[in-house]
Amino acid sequence: MSDQMIGYSSYLITLLTMVAIYGVMGLGLNLNWGVTGLFNVGIAGFFAIGAYTAAILTTEETGKHIGGFDMPFWVGAIAAMITSAILAWFVGKICIRLRSDYLAIATIGIAEILRLILKNEMWATNGARGISNIPKPFESLGGLAGPLAFLALVVGILIVVYVLLEKGQHSPWGRIMRAIRDNELAARASGKNVERLRLEAFIIGSSIMGLGGALSAHYFKFIGLEATEPLLTTFLIWVMMIVGGSGNNRGVLLGALIIWSLWSMSEMVIQAFSLTGEFAVRVPYMRMFIIGLVLNIVLQKYGQGILPERHPGGKDAQPKR
Amino acid sequence: MSLDTNAETSATPEGQPVLSIQGIYKSFGGVHAVDGCSFEVNKGSITGLIGPNGAGKTTLFTIVTGFIKPDSGSVLLHGKDVTGEEPHELFHKGLVRTFQIPHEFHGLTTLENLMAVPAEQDGENLFKTWFMPGAVAKREAEVRALAEDTLSFLGLDRVRDELAGNLSGGQKKLLELGRSMMSGAEIVLLDEPGAGVNPTLLLQLGEKIQRLNEERGITFCIVEHNMDMIARLCDPVVVMAAGSVLTQGNMDDIRKDQRVLEAYLGSQTAEAS
Repeated sequence: MSDQMIGYSSYLITLLTMVAIYGVMGLGLNLNWGVTGLFNVGIAGFFAIGAYTAAILTTEETGKHIGGFDMPFWVGAIAAMITSAILAWFVGKICIRLRSDYLAIATIGIAEILRLILKNEMWATNGARGISNIPKPFESLGGLAGPLAFLALVVGILIVVYVLLEKGQHSPWGRIMRAIRDNELAARASGKNVERLRLEAFIIGSSIMGLGGALSAHYFKFIGLEATEPLLTTFLIWVMMIVGGSGNNRGVLLGALIIWSLWSMSEMVIQAFSLTGEFAVRVPYMRMFIIGLVLNIVLQKYGQGILPERHPGGKDAQPKR
Repeated sequence: MSLDTNAETSATPEGQPVLSIQGIYKSFGGVHAVDGCSFEVNKGSITGLIGPNGAGKTTLFTIVTGFIKPDSGSVLLHGKDVTGEEPHELFHKGLVRTFQIPHEFHGLTTLENLMAVPAEQDGENLFKTWFMPGAVAKREAEVRALAEDTLSFLGLDRVRDELAGNLSGGQKKLLELGRSMMSGAEIVLLDEPGAGVNPTLLLQLGEKIQRLNEERGITFCIVEHNMDMIARLCDPVVVMAAGSVLTQGNMDDIRKDQRVLEAYLGSQTAEAS
């Protein structure tokens, strides 16, 4: 293989790995918002808890932060899901009764609080310098095989999450979650413990976001504060879900592919111009502009995302709004 | 009260109170929405609850079914105090309500709206949907059959797979009734089932309520402004005014009662039509 081919393949593997990681988190958000109607804007917080949990459990002793347990990948990943689920339980216990817009404010606030804690508790997280040398599965394979094996691992996890969520969504469980999203009062009158069910969906969705955080930490071998910024996680994932089709798991994955490709390629295009001085500082904001533009174009053309939620009544059974 | 507080849920004999509303007070700011309201609903009856707008009928339903808590007073179900219990707890004790303004699951089909209601669905447990698909499918088939029956009883077969949000106002009213049927409740509180329903459908609705009462022994308490419907279906009729019970009895006596006329016409002439 020529060097150029290796370069392209390597880029493609990188791209798809990121799409799959974002896809996992997008599926978590879709369960929260798309299915159950929970306005969770605290993705970055659950992502961070997951990423830091995995990092602390799987790295070797360094003395710069707590941990150094040198545990295998899967222990960190499962622990990440558990810690983010616990955080979601606490947040949910307090906030889940809030109406959607208030839940949004509460979750974004909690995610920001968490970021400040991660930044300032140097003893635990190494503060702004972050945690490095996180082991990356299959790295020892080297060449393209290592990244390819890691991609396979992430895609495998994505498929498991997708299948489990699809099964849930197309069962009476999914039906009752959609019922709660549509009309909470009627769900209560139908004997459903709405608060418990909302909490359940919130915890499961958030723990999937935590899993995404763990995958990201292992992929980059590093977790620092930049990765927990709301722009990179929370808002990008929201755009992916809305563009792809909120309520439709396949749509969310398509959204992750489109938006991450744009995000990643726009960086290359901008670099190609090799701008200098003030332009070089300002031009990265063009990427956000492009993402915003795409969101607007898509919503003009497809009001409910590219792949809208499938209604069991068939194509004609569309909501009139 | 002379009720046996240890009475078993469905052991209340015919004609005895299944639901006792005792001295309920509820105010919102300075408005005394319900002001010391007491009456009983007897098992097997279709009890009417009428009164001018603002008399507190809907608020009372909302309190009795646990959606809001009263300031004071108590609600007894089969002789047991259930005041302040959550709607889903009361649902499991056989008490449900419908809404004056239909509350449908607009993104679910008519059939799904009904299928969402029954309790004890294995499929509503995520782990069972993953690991016990057999049990889930079995229960789901039962629920589907029950929902299909209910749809044909209500004459909603034709809109089976239509999204409930697209149904007409009258169809949504029928769906509200259908939801209470799917619950298997013994006591159903209907909040203005006739409002916004055309006269032909209204007659059908009345017949369906009567059939449910006679064939399935469901006890109804109905808030309604259509006096013909009340007269046709209900005995006794309870009249509420300004948050408390003004009088009760059969409709003929109520019609002759001067106080009832005053309550409707008195200071609220504009709303009495």
